[in-house]
Amino acid sequence: MAGPLEQFVIKPLIPIEINGIDLSITQSSVWMGIGIIVATLLTVVCMAPKAMVPGRWQNLPEMFYDFISGMVKDNLGAEGNKYFPLVFTIFMIILMGNLLGLLPYSFTYTSHIVVTGALALMVFFLATLVGIAKHGLHFFSLFMPAGLPIAIAPLIVVIEIVSYLSRPLSLSVRLFANMVAGHTMLKVFAGFSVALGVFGVVPMIFNVALIGLELMIAFIQAYVFAILTCIYLKDAIELH
Amino acid sequence: MELEAAKAIGAGIAVIPLLGVGIGLGILFSSIITAMGRNPSVEDAVKGSGLFYFALVEAIALFALVIALLILFVL
Repeated sequence: MAGPLEQFVIKPLIPIEINGIDLSITQSSVWMGIGIIVATLLTVVCMAPKAMVPGRWQNLPEMFYDFISGMVKDNLGAEGNKYFPLVFTIFMIILMGNLLGLLPYSFTYTSHIVVTGALALMVFFLATLVGIAKHGLHFFSLFMPAGLPIAIAPLIVVIEIVSYLSRPLSLSVRLFANMVAGHTMLKVFAGFSVALGVFGVVPMIFNVALIGLELMIAFIQAYVFAILTCIYLKDAIELH
Repeated sequence: MELEAAKAIGAGIAVIPLLGVGIGLGILFSSIITAMGRNPSVEDAVKGSGLFYFALVEAIALFALVIALLILFVL
């Protein structure tokens, strides 16, 4: 029987190697493509009727749009409109990864730190560059809260810098660890079902409830990633 | 054999932060219920930010879990 962590092994489907660099098409990249296709279908095809009163299918992308647009407006104000496409894309790609990963025999691409780390580093560098472009060197006053007594400034500035630099780490590890922990838990309980025979029904019922919890966590994690993106951009634009 | 035992003990020690996370989540949810009980009209706002902070606190438990898994399977 496969161990609970074997589901995260990446298997190459079409091996490609150029100059010693492994560029294989893996099941992870295939599922990432499926995620993009589903998200595109959801936003383009479902919105095609453009009805004034939305039907059931049109309601779905409109709900996501309203949700993210409200979040961006609350955090960044009217100026945040230009960041809406970025936040919406990040939200959809993470939501698709989390939700499609719950299908049996599928693969959760957000359960790999390389994917979440790349997304988090992109957000981190974007926020820093936006702040520097907008405020110039004044941006570094972000590390020195206003009204700080000069005596404890060296300590606080170091803490602020460390907390700023640990943002991409906590952002990526939060999403990745949630997905790994959730899927490992599901597989451990599935293993109990196999081992217990007839009485395996009990862990199976528990597993059904866990799938519900995982659905909620899939949504919450996408939401948290999107709102933290908004908050980091807000910090860079408004400087406290 | 001794290395295996040390790994198991280390992984156990690595998840001690769950103590703090449990206390934190308890305080968080008790405050949400108190707020909703005192003023039911703020339910939506309190629930929204409550879920957000739930995810932030829960992340600490998962950091500990990742360290434990690293000790068990990678180290």
